[in-house]
Amino acid sequence: MATAPRYWRENPSRYNMVGFKCNNCGKYYFPPRIICPLCHRKSVGKTEPVKLKGTGAIFSFTEVHEGMDEHYVQKPYIVAMVELEEGAKVTGQVIDCDACDLSIGTKVRATLRKLSEEGSAGVIHYGYKFVPVRENGERPGDE
Amino acid sequence: MRRVAVIGVGITEFGELWDSSFRKLGIGAGLSAVGDAKITADKIEALFVGNMSAGRFIRQEHVGALIADYSGIARDNIPATRVEAAGASGGLALRQGFMAVASSLHDIVVVGGAEKMTDVSDVESSLIQSSAADQEWETELGATFASLHALMATRHMHDHGTTREQLADVAVKNHRHGALNPKAQFRREINRDVVLRSPMVASPLRVFDCAPSSDGAAAVILCPFDIAKKFTDSPVEIIGSGQASDSLGLHHRKDICTMAATRAATQRALKMAGLSQKDVDVAEVHDNYTISEIIAIEDLGFFPKGEGGKATEDGLTSLDGDVAVNTSGGLKARGDPIGATGVAQAVEIVSQLRGTADKRQVKDADVGLTQNVGGTGATVVVHLFRRV
Repeated sequence: MATAPRYWRENPSRYNMVGFKCNNCGKYYFPPRIICPLCHRKSVGKTEPVKLKGTGAIFSFTEVHEGMDEHYVQKPYIVAMVELEEGAKVTGQVIDCDACDLSIGTKVRATLRKLSEEGSAGVIHYGYKFVPVRENGERPGDE
Repeated sequence: MRRVAVIGVGITEFGELWDSSFRKLGIGAGLSAVGDAKITADKIEALFVGNMSAGRFIRQEHVGALIADYSGIARDNIPATRVEAAGASGGLALRQGFMAVASSLHDIVVVGGAEKMTDVSDVESSLIQSSAADQEWETELGATFASLHALMATRHMHDHGTTREQLADVAVKNHRHGALNPKAQFRREINRDVVLRSPMVASPLRVFDCAPSSDGAAAVILCPFDIAKKFTDSPVEIIGSGQASDSLGLHHRKDICTMAATRAATQRALKMAGLSQKDVDVAEVHDNYTISEIIAIEDLGFFPKGEGGKATEDGLTSLDGDVAVNTSGGLKARGDPIGATGVAQAVEIVSQLRGTADKRQVKDADVGLTQNVGGTGATVVVHLFRRV
């Protein structure tokens, strides 16, 4: 079990999807990095933390049935790789839908949810998960 | 750079070995390799041990010294080094041994790999394996190690038309090979239905798409090529060694259907050997999941991108195929004691090139290859071997 500071120090990115923009090449990254892997030293001093919009499309996804202790209550759950509008890809859960509602390309947006908790009396960890969105704002399965 | 030969190999049985401790496994493989090379302990100049996570599996760090101690060679105060790169720990230990001999730093070197996985629960084992991925930005968000490979599989099926049945065919083939390997964890043939009806782990991957948790160890003895014939009539030369890295997180890759590190490591090893993919007769690749083997045989250059599934379905990677892949049964059927796996791959290739692989012998095998992967492709080590 990790200590609370290990989670807390990442809260800006976990809660608000704060990523990293390299102003040398214009590329966005998530999570934040110290240097841009494309620009190397040229990126030093030319990077800034940027809050990403949290909207994007599913690049790949899977329904997980086994192997994650902290997520027992929710099994099965969906894990996806999401390609954000800014271009960065990010891994996270997709909720409030069934796997059969999803396909590669499904539009999603980030939302703040509980990720895990350290036992019944321990610290609760929050972070982003994704929910599907449609053009009219409804979620698949709403009709 | 000096030429390097393998003069001895040893391997324990792989499986859920309740009676065997970590040290017993490590010593078992080492003793068997030393016996095969017909060397005495006083000739050993250095030890490299591939191990991913003894600290979490058995709460024991410092396993280089542990194995040196219980092998009885610590008395001679030889250097003993643990090497870690998750699933590629064994292959990377082999590369350290290769470099030590090639550079003339040492003459006789022992390379071992060991993992004792079944002293923890299945869930704990799964969490430890997930630490090969990005703990803070993959695992803690809910991604299991299997689920990251499932993301690759979903995308590979989408981009290249790979079918669920073709994934199953990898497991069917590797079980068929494993049934011929007396050291394999699973020595039983299966059919497609068994794979397709097994419980879901992370869709589309099912239990029979995944390598098991295993206990086991393997070892090889290396020496300068010029003196190899003093020890054995059938030395095998390591003619190429390549290592490459990539982003730790799968989401940072441009294409998750390709392991760029496999491509880079393969090019480096082939260049060193002066060979092309067409020269490879037999290969041990990192099939920790069925999709991994399909991606591997494409990135190794055996088949064009997107055609690995079809090639498997058509039997091109079977014992009698164009290139025999995972004749040992692979990680799927031989078993996957993580740190041991890369060394076990070398043991299998040496057996093939010596012509001692018995019922699973590939006819006239001259050149063999190993591909050992850490994480979801963040470290890849490729070695090429040739019969002398």
